[in-house]
Amino acid sequence: MNGWCGNILIVDLDTKRWAMDHPDPEIYRTYIGGRGLAGFYLKDHITRNYDDPAMPLLFFTGPLVNTSSPTSGRMAVMSRSPLTGTVGDSSVGGSLGTNLKKAGLDGLVIRGKSTDLCGIEISEDGVRITDARHLKGKGAGETFSLLPAKASAAVIGPAAENGVLFSSIIVDGHFAAGRNGIGLVMAAKNLKYISVKGKGRTPVHDPEKLLKAREEIYRLVSASPALSGSFGISKFGTGALYDLMDARRMMPTDNFRKTRFEHAPSMNAAAYKKAYAPKSKGCRGCHIQCKKVAKDGRGIPEFETMSHFSALLSNTDMDCVMEANRICNDMGMDTISAAATLSCYGEIQNKTLEPHEILGLLTDIGQGRDEGALLGRGSARYAKDMGKPEASISVKSQELSAYDPRGALGMALSFALSTRGACHLRAYPISHEILRKPVATDRFSFLGKARIIKISEDANAMADSLTACKFIFFAATLEEYAKVYEAVTGHGISGQDLLKIGDAVCKNERDMNRANGFTHKDDDLPERFFKEPGSSEQSLSIKPIDREAFLKARGAYYKIRGE
Amino acid sequence: MEEQFVHFEEQLIAAGLVNPGDALMAFLDEDISWSRPSPDQEFATRLFEGLNINSLIVSKAAEPYQSIIDYLAETADGSILPQDCETRTFLHDLPVALAFLPEQVIPLLKQRKSVIVPGKGLITYGTISLEQSFVTFSSVCFAVFVKFFSDYLAAYKKGVIPADFQDVFQRVIRFLPPPPQFEGTLAQGPFTHEEQVLMAMDEAGKMTIRHRLVDSFFGNISCRLGDVLYISQTGSSLDHLAGCIDPCAMDGSSCAAMTASSELSAHMEIIRKTGHRAILHGHPRFSVILSMDCDVDACAKGDSCYLTCSYKREVSGIPIVPGEVGTGPYGLCNTVPSAIKGKDGVIVYGHGLFTTAPQDFNLAFSRLMTIENTCREAYFRRIGRSDPSLSE
Repeated sequence: MNGWCGNILIVDLDTKRWAMDHPDPEIYRTYIGGRGLAGFYLKDHITRNYDDPAMPLLFFTGPLVNTSSPTSGRMAVMSRSPLTGTVGDSSVGGSLGTNLKKAGLDGLVIRGKSTDLCGIEISEDGVRITDARHLKGKGAGETFSLLPAKASAAVIGPAAENGVLFSSIIVDGHFAAGRNGIGLVMAAKNLKYISVKGKGRTPVHDPEKLLKAREEIYRLVSASPALSGSFGISKFGTGALYDLMDARRMMPTDNFRKTRFEHAPSMNAAAYKKAYAPKSKGCRGCHIQCKKVAKDGRGIPEFETMSHFSALLSNTDMDCVMEANRICNDMGMDTISAAATLSCYGEIQNKTLEPHEILGLLTDIGQGRDEGALLGRGSARYAKDMGKPEASISVKSQELSAYDPRGALGMALSFALSTRGACHLRAYPISHEILRKPVATDRFSFLGKARIIKISEDANAMADSLTACKFIFFAATLEEYAKVYEAVTGHGISGQDLLKIGDAVCKNERDMNRANGFTHKDDDLPERFFKEPGSSEQSLSIKPIDREAFLKARGAYYKIRGE
Repeated sequence: MEEQFVHFEEQLIAAGLVNPGDALMAFLDEDISWSRPSPDQEFATRLFEGLNINSLIVSKAAEPYQSIIDYLAETADGSILPQDCETRTFLHDLPVALAFLPEQVIPLLKQRKSVIVPGKGLITYGTISLEQSFVTFSSVCFAVFVKFFSDYLAAYKKGVIPADFQDVFQRVIRFLPPPPQFEGTLAQGPFTHEEQVLMAMDEAGKMTIRHRLVDSFFGNISCRLGDVLYISQTGSSLDHLAGCIDPCAMDGSSCAAMTASSELSAHMEIIRKTGHRAILHGHPRFSVILSMDCDVDACAKGDSCYLTCSYKREVSGIPIVPGEVGTGPYGLCNTVPSAIKGKDGVIVYGHGLFTTAPQDFNLAFSRLMTIENTCREAYFRRIGRSDPSLSE
């Protein structure tokens, strides 16, 4: 085969043995890789609890990884989400996916539970299951420093070991499989780290065609203001979105009670650039280089983190945001859920958290102590326990990211319908509702949004399966990626065919959620968005979402999805 | 949806791309909405069933486009390959179907954004909105126009023009509208308030469209006031700029202009290099056609002259430079600013024309129009004849 290795490594932590699965080529063509193929391996186990030793934890790459395909250095991590109970997954960058492919693997399935804290070390020489008891309780940073040199690694921090439901997996120091609490599944297996080192090449069917297809995508990236423009994410990181969200009056502020943050101009990406003089980094094989790292080694927060740890908490201390980001990454916690849980806490306690309180509570959450132990269960459980469930701004118990849905109704629909709880990336309508790509749509209208969301979900499921970065789809489309896929694998396919496979990936996930009792009733937004307006200005009114119109659009989505 | 159907049909007619009543537009959300009753509805329904899309335009093109499309389709080997920037960047190639049948058209639309059916016209689709179908329709018309006239010029220079090409060319040039003329005055600078700038940009944008100096209603426009550069947003239509102009802080203190035109970097650099305050960028056709007409035989650059060129090229004193859209290593932001200083404008190979002016859009617009008319005259001179719209 070209593109794929034909090998899936199965590691059983109960027996400390490993084996190799060799899926039929037809399985590869049907599920592609990444999120699609991981979903195939998950579906028979989805009704198990996340901490059932038989529940698999899946790390899957795609056929484009470890080739010169643009932005293909990503991978999918999947299991059942401890936070939401839905299918749980996260796309993550760095070079772990590339190293898996270099080691001759398309994916890694981890089953069982180790009796003691352990690690998995993978190289072309084989697989070692190691004793990791000496790493217990250590932060991600220190853990990385103690792992084999020159390998790529995925680790959990203290948060996962202490049962935080929004624990993440940190890859290569700066990249997070952040959402859904997927780190807690790793902790439930008593697995502290995975390191992978490979040297092999992934065979490509037609390198010349790949070069041509790549050039077409590079050309589109160069033409994209959001990616390559003077104020695009290549220059400023994803924080470039910060000013725009505020200007459009959809920056979640004060636990979504306002949509404008008056201090935004001094807390934006340009301010971080000036204060921290960051250097650009990126995933393996990506020329966009959206990751920004300060001189002192701390990562510049991604947009969601930058926004939620400032506006959502009404915090004007930029270094507090930097430190909060560092703590979350070192503890191994999702920054979005962590910040949104703190803002829920602030609303319930009727207080604006001071910077030292933000950092103190984050540390307490990660360590599982005092109030932190309650907050580590996420905002939905905390707010319910406190008798104020309306203070949790979440869908299926996962907190909303930094786009207020009153300012973009496609985003509203997308948050509600996402198969992994509130998620901006499943359909990412910000692309057309705000960034005007491929064309602008009316952000205050549900007209056409049901089908747009469905098609975009299919497209993004395919991006996560190939696996490519979703940001590049601000510029390119599956039409161009179909040419890349064909050049790499040798299998002729069209963009529309890839969309069809994306549709099957989404359906599989919706089926898995149904098997766990999720119904249409769960595809809903917090009441606040239907009752309270956002922060309007003279020429721009941010109204509550019309519930009837929302339900009508959601109904249309189900019909289009065939449910 | 009715409002959008009316809007895009008006846009297509105003641009001379379709005749009234010819375009069938459809939009699918939960159910299909149609712009009008048509016997082609069954065909379009089949396309919706076979593709994961939400909008369609099926229409015969207006003349001269339909004659051009039919000729290029009949002489193409399954796909038309224009060399202009729009096609290279966004469309890639223009597939041709043998018949107006879903089973012929669907496989091609699975690959590309448009399909040409000889005698029937164009089919374009969108996955986000009807505007995508409209943009593609318009871009295809632009691309085939540029290719047709470029091919004719090349054939003329070789001294071998097939008889059928000659016949179609004779027919096509009769449909050319007269060169645009403008005797009036646009808002006069210097501007001191934001409202004046926005009104001046709106006015100049509308004039650029009215005189057909862009394709797809796109292009871009900017104006400096103090330390802010006001610039049209990416994908905005120059005749609908209200709410689509980004104020861009020239000191880089805000990224709020992230949605600005993909040519923002070029505009900023032009402003810095020339000290001018007004910039217009359009895609006038004969400027684009002449930019691709090069007499150098066996050039070492092969067919990559849209990226780099070793020669100093010009048409009637207007520099022609290479450069791709945006900010890549071969981006036009690296070539246009240094070439435009002291010139009336700069033509980017296969793409379009930039003009500037010190205070307002009067000079920038008149330069845009004059250069295009000069290129049109030069085109007809190069093929040894006069512009029929002027001689009749």
